[in-house]
Amino acid sequence: MADGLVLENVAIALGGKTLLAVNAHVQKGAVLTIMGPSGSGKSSLLALIGGFLDPVFTASGRVIADGKVLTDLPPQDRHAGILFQDPLLFPHMSVGGNLAFALSAEFKGRAARRERCEFALENIGLGGFYDRDPDSLSGGQKARVALARVLLSEPRALLLDEPFSKLDMELRGQMRELVFDKAKVRGLPMILVTHDPSDAAAAGGEILRIG
Amino acid sequence: MNSGDKALATASAAAPVIVALLLTAPILAGLAGTLIPAFGYFPALGGDTFNLGGFRMLMAEPGIWMSVFLSLFTGLAATALSLAIVAAAIGAGGGTRTFAWLTRLISPLLAVPHAAAAFGFLFLFSPSGFLSRLISLELTGWQRPPDILIPNDAWGLSLIAGLVLKEVPFLLLMALAARGQVKMAESRQLIASFGYGRLAGFLLGIWPLLYRRIRLPVFAVLAFSVSVVDVAAILGPTNPATLGMRLVGWMNDPDLSMRFAASAGAVFLVIVTLVSIIVWLGLERIGGMCLHGQCGTGRRFARDGLARKLGLSLAGLVALFNLAGLALLALWSAAGLWQFPDAVPSGITLKSWMAALPQLSGPLATSLATAILSTVISLVLVVLLLQRAGDTGREMKAGQWLLYAPLIVPQASFLFGLQLLVLGSSISVSLPLLVFSHLIFVLPYVFLSLSDPWRGFDTRFEHIAFGLGRSRWDVFWKVRLAMMLGPVLTALAVGFAVSIGLYLPTVLIGAGRLPTITTEAVALASGGNRRVIGVYAFLQTLLPFMMFLTASAIPSLLFANRRAMRH
Repeated sequence: MADGLVLENVAIALGGKTLLAVNAHVQKGAVLTIMGPSGSGKSSLLALIGGFLDPVFTASGRVIADGKVLTDLPPQDRHAGILFQDPLLFPHMSVGGNLAFALSAEFKGRAARRERCEFALENIGLGGFYDRDPDSLSGGQKARVALARVLLSEPRALLLDEPFSKLDMELRGQMRELVFDKAKVRGLPMILVTHDPSDAAAAGGEILRIG
Repeated sequence: MNSGDKALATASAAAPVIVALLLTAPILAGLAGTLIPAFGYFPALGGDTFNLGGFRMLMAEPGIWMSVFLSLFTGLAATALSLAIVAAAIGAGGGTRTFAWLTRLISPLLAVPHAAAAFGFLFLFSPSGFLSRLISLELTGWQRPPDILIPNDAWGLSLIAGLVLKEVPFLLLMALAARGQVKMAESRQLIASFGYGRLAGFLLGIWPLLYRRIRLPVFAVLAFSVSVVDVAAILGPTNPATLGMRLVGWMNDPDLSMRFAASAGAVFLVIVTLVSIIVWLGLERIGGMCLHGQCGTGRRFARDGLARKLGLSLAGLVALFNLAGLALLALWSAAGLWQFPDAVPSGITLKSWMAALPQLSGPLATSLATAILSTVISLVLVVLLLQRAGDTGREMKAGQWLLYAPLIVPQASFLFGLQLLVLGSSISVSLPLLVFSHLIFVLPYVFLSLSDPWRGFDTRFEHIAFGLGRSRWDVFWKVRLAMMLGPVLTALAVGFAVSIGLYLPTVLIGAGRLPTITTEAVALASGGNRRVIGVYAFLQTLLPFMMFLTASAIPSLLFANRRAMRH
């Protein structure tokens, strides 16, 4: 079976009206960009892949990643990492706690787990932030922690739901670069939902327009 | 799925059924248990044929129609007045600093049990109460308490006032909880930009939407007020008393045949409550038409400074009277010699507390055990119910009415039947039975308190956690419940306060054998010993208040270094 992420006859309908129908193959490290006006159902595609599509929608088709049929699995076994507009760091955990929450339980040993998370923080230029309150971080720092968190969970694919739209111009460029670079190094297929053409240009992959 | 996930899925799937049974079974069984003896059938009392004897006895009771009138009048007036004060306060003050301050003052009053609020009112306004002491020497020269019939005035005005003191905080908090859904701040700015005065703009533009959201709580207040017993026992008219009060009298009458009249009376009370709701629906119509008619005229009522001050001060008075009443409860419980017309006691002593302590411990233990058990069980069920609703994505329209049923069907009407069923069966009066009877009333309030914050939760946090590969069990405990700790603890405190303050279920299902501090406090009303009343009523207020304090302290201790968790 093919590497990367395959969307096989995926369709989402609301009240009998088809919102979108997609057939696509996203290679490892490549980006499929979905563009469309708000309400066109582009975010619901990500929800379908992640396994939390609102029951008011009806969906059909299969999503396959690394030879596994994601749509047959419960959400927690899909390992479809997601980044939203907001960083959504868990407010009741420390910065390091957020990362440790993402790290697989198979990674054993208290000290080793902490070390792994500290390393991930250094990697995004936030060394020594382990015990900080997430709410005390700047917007850019939060976005980077959110990225480190999702990467630590070793996802099969990365779902990007307009993750740059709330950042200011300068940060937006940096964050885009960081996300695409890290995901490419790991060979993660990505689906990017956006209505910003510059996002699509930076992603550089196939563009699908819906709605 | 792992075992935790399975357990969670099974439990949350079962929750709606359990809750439905838990609420409907006792109400239906209780209503049947009331209805059947009402028509003369109750073999244990020698009634083995169906007849209208009970109703005939009821109609032969002196002043029965006056009792009916008083129940309707006090219930409707208390509800209308409370609602008007709430509307005036939000309209006049919404968004201002004074209002925020007032809200902070009023919210904790939700914890005050009805009986304690009524005693506070009594200690403040009765002829020998604090206010008359305060003015007596300087202004009136009263050396003895004046001969005015407060409380227990024939028209039930003190009863209405006592109810208003308790229902304004409840309705205000309900309205404030709903204000997010009607985008109040934005609407207020928009309407103000059309040149409308604050009060008129609120009444014409926002109130109709807000009212729709709090209609169920309003009906609950109405039904409660029409059939209230504990507040009526303390402040209500006596000759004749309201229908609810008289029912309890007949139920406890040594002449057992009066049970038939009591059952018939309970059926009658349901009808009276229905009538009050019909009258209320009519009032809603008229109010709606008045507002609607005013909308078309285009009058702006921009100069409303005086009306706004009045609107705010009414709610301010409610807070003031409540707090002053509570302070008086505390003061009386520790008062030494305090003769009329002295404004303050001659000394402070713990004698009353020491004297009450031996008799206090039993009821106190029963109160605490019942409150803790019924609240924790309610919380577990409500959380599972909400979790289930979130999973299936279905709105709980029918479920909501079901949850409100115990608050809208008059308590007396089905509790009487339940009591008769219990007495007539081999079930013994025990703590589990009392807990069960409290559950019926605690669960709806726990649901009421938790459902809005629960639905307002940003589910993207859960989606992220699933994406990170965490199990449902983990997501439920470590994300949802952990982040909802504040609202969950508040719901616990609300449930606890409701259970502590419950009078009628405790006195009827406990059948006098399981006294709590609330039943003891109400029983003390007729004795008139202010020091002992002070001890019981103050304690009754203190317990829920401590619970609310704990509920707000735990998150701020636990999340001392988590800024986003503290607002």
